[in-house]
Amino acid sequence: MSKISDGILKAVKQVKGGVLVDHHKDTKDMATVRITPPERVILPMQQHIGAPCVPVVRVGDHVDVGQLIADSDKYVSAPIHASISGKVTSVADVKVANGRMVPAVTIENDGEMTLFEGIAPPTVNNKEDLIKAIRNSGLVGLGGAGFPSHVKFNLPEDKEIDTLVINAAECEPFITVDYRECIENTRNIVDGVYLLKKILGFKNIIIAVEDNKPDAIKILKEIADSHEDNVVKVMTLKSKYPQGAEKMMVQSATGRIVPMGKLPADVGCVVANVGSVAFIARHVRTGRPIISRTLTVSGSAIANPMNVRVPIGIEASKVIEFCGGFKKEPVKIIAGGPMMGTALIDTDVPILKSNNALLAFADEVVTNKKERACIHCGRCVDACPMSLIPTDIEAMAMNKDAESLIKAGIMGCMECGSCAFSCPAGKPLVQYMRLGKDVVREAGAKK
Amino acid sequence: MKKLTVSASPHVRSPKTVPGIMLDVIIALVPALIASVVLFGFRSLLVTAVCVVSCIASEYIARKIMKRDNTIGDLSAIVTGMLLAFNLPVSIPLWMCVVGSVFAIVVVKQFFGGIGQNFVNPAIGGRIMMLVSFASAMTDWTAPLEWFKNGGIDAMSTATPLASLTANGDYSSLPSLLDMFLGVRGGCLGETCALALILGGIYLVARRVIKPVIPLCFIGTVAVIMLIAGKGDFEFMLYEVLSGGLLIGAIFMATDYATSPLTTKGKIIFAVGCGVITSVIRLFANLPEGVSYSIIIMNILVPHIESITRPRPFGAEKEKKEKKKEEAAS
Ligand code: SF4
Ligand code: SF4
Repeated sequence: MSKISDGILKAVKQVKGGVLVDHHKDTKDMATVRITPPERVILPMQQHIGAPCVPVVRVGDHVDVGQLIADSDKYVSAPIHASISGKVTSVADVKVANGRMVPAVTIENDGEMTLFEGIAPPTVNNKEDLIKAIRNSGLVGLGGAGFPSHVKFNLPEDKEIDTLVINAAECEPFITVDYRECIENTRNIVDGVYLLKKILGFKNIIIAVEDNKPDAIKILKEIADSHEDNVVKVMTLKSKYPQGAEKMMVQSATGRIVPMGKLPADVGCVVANVGSVAFIARHVRTGRPIISRTLTVSGSAIANPMNVRVPIGIEASKVIEFCGGFKKEPVKIIAGGPMMGTALIDTDVPILKSNNALLAFADEVVTNKKERACIHCGRCVDACPMSLIPTDIEAMAMNKDAESLIKAGIMGCMECGSCAFSCPAGKPLVQYMRLGKDVVREAGAKK
Repeated sequence: MKKLTVSASPHVRSPKTVPGIMLDVIIALVPALIASVVLFGFRSLLVTAVCVVSCIASEYIARKIMKRDNTIGDLSAIVTGMLLAFNLPVSIPLWMCVVGSVFAIVVVKQFFGGIGQNFVNPAIGGRIMMLVSFASAMTDWTAPLEWFKNGGIDAMSTATPLASLTANGDYSSLPSLLDMFLGVRGGCLGETCALALILGGIYLVARRVIKPVIPLCFIGTVAVIMLIAGKGDFEFMLYEVLSGGLLIGAIFMATDYATSPLTTKGKIIFAVGCGVITSVIRLFANLPEGVSYSIIIMNILVPHIESITRPRPFGAEKEKKEKKKEEAAS
């Protein structure tokens, strides 16, 4: 196991690659503010990785806060609940952050915020109960990817899973959601940690946090020490992007390497976001599904950067309005962090369960370098935590050379953006990576 | 609201740019340029200027004729011009500078697609072409610090220390080691002042333009081989390290991105190879100087070095060969 000093673990192995990105955690000391409920919410049927949901309500139906409005009979999917009370005014396609059209349920607020009467705390005595409760809560990974949590925690019986890694690293610049969660919801985190330990029987629980957040470290340390069994430990990571990536985290915490194309579970680990862990505890206590979340609203164009608690489905424009609107003409608006987030076409898109930030920039911050020829400098190679050679991918993708792409390990690329960040020639390397993956998928589909 | 920019992530970029990196290299070459003026007079400035201007002009014209976008803004042509000039004797006729520059940019760089695509360092390509074509002008060495004594009209010729250097020999006819370090010796105009070149190298490392592995491995290999060849003669080793174009080659030419390997492992192989070839040429071949040849040979081998030093993607299965070996071992 790792070395321990002051009861705090140091990473077993410093992860290779990565980049130093300016942190810009301007909102870190701002207590989360609850937004005034909006006049309507738009709830897309696809807010997670997996099968889309099908609406179970019809136009004209009245729904209460927390009432189920859409579900799927597929296993990898997460149900969706009403985040305000009111009338369903439409069930139709809407535009979401990535510009695609997705079916969605729109609810007009009746101003009452009546809680759905069916909400009751679930009884959780064993793994089956827990997985069922998590599924019913609609929880997806709150760190950004949006993978349904019940799938993640439904540990396969044939594998020995001994370690839970709780991710509080929050290595993306600007975002302070997990940090605020540590400060404000400590109680829930403690409960969540020990609940998961009790029900799922983890032997080690490691809470990982970057070493530039001393306040959070202190609080997490208290959580770890609150039980005597010494199973829960805090691990500090060098603040380097992308320490928070799942596979990197597993390696830092346990020294285990997740094989290409496999999941952390294959090496006995589960990685969960700290917010998700806290949510599970809250859900088990109250029975409330996931209907709101915290967002960091920041960036050079936002008048009053802050952390806000918003109902799922609120339009981005309403959130920005609540934060004082724009103080400068925005040039780019991003849902998520600047390294992996999605650039918005406009602001009338709804906030999804997995959105952790809304950032708006006036031009001086968004430096899109002039694209030039690759100078073969090797910076992208040094930056890639997956040990890929990003500069080689462009030609392979253009030639549709699926075989070489697979050999180059392209499917291991997590699109973290470290390569493109460091490229002095301004190459859109992540775009080439995506292109390359499409080529591989197409080739696979043809076979 | 104006139209928002929609582009692929990441939405932030590091401040490093290609012209920024090239500018750093130019800055790192300035101490050597100043030293060359002190040592060999203002003609070194003239030679440098002619090379730089010819390089920029040929890059501009070549791109125009090939109907490609104009790339002189990336400043790499200036770097090539300076490096070529630094590898020439100060007395070189100016028209030869022009010929060398045009060759370096057009044949060595642009024929292969321009910046990043060439597999041989353009400045070295240009120099070797000139060595072959203008052998006597390229080896006509001017004595240092003579230019202000006789007004630079009748420059005194001298030999380079390398020509009369033998292990355990008599070093009294050679410049002192301090003079060697300061560059007070015959040689190409930018290669002699070790102090200036090392300063430039430190600047490049500090600015993270280059990693120190190539210069250290290259110079280190030469030093070790020379120490062995000289049967432990430390002075001989120091003379070898400070002679010829070893420092400028190891710090500025072998570190050229396009013509050196991407990975650290590859860089070590590349640099050690350069050191071995340089030493072999100096010790056994009938050539005065091996640095340029060694770099060009290793440049040509880079694709092979790259293919054997390719990193294994994170979590990827080991190659079959490795696996078998491991199985056999266990
Ligand atoms: S290649 Fe993929 S994993 Fe590697 S740095 Fe680029 S985006 Fe990240
Ligand atoms: S960082 Fe950019 S310029 Fe450097 S090797 Fe990679 S792709 Fe080429």
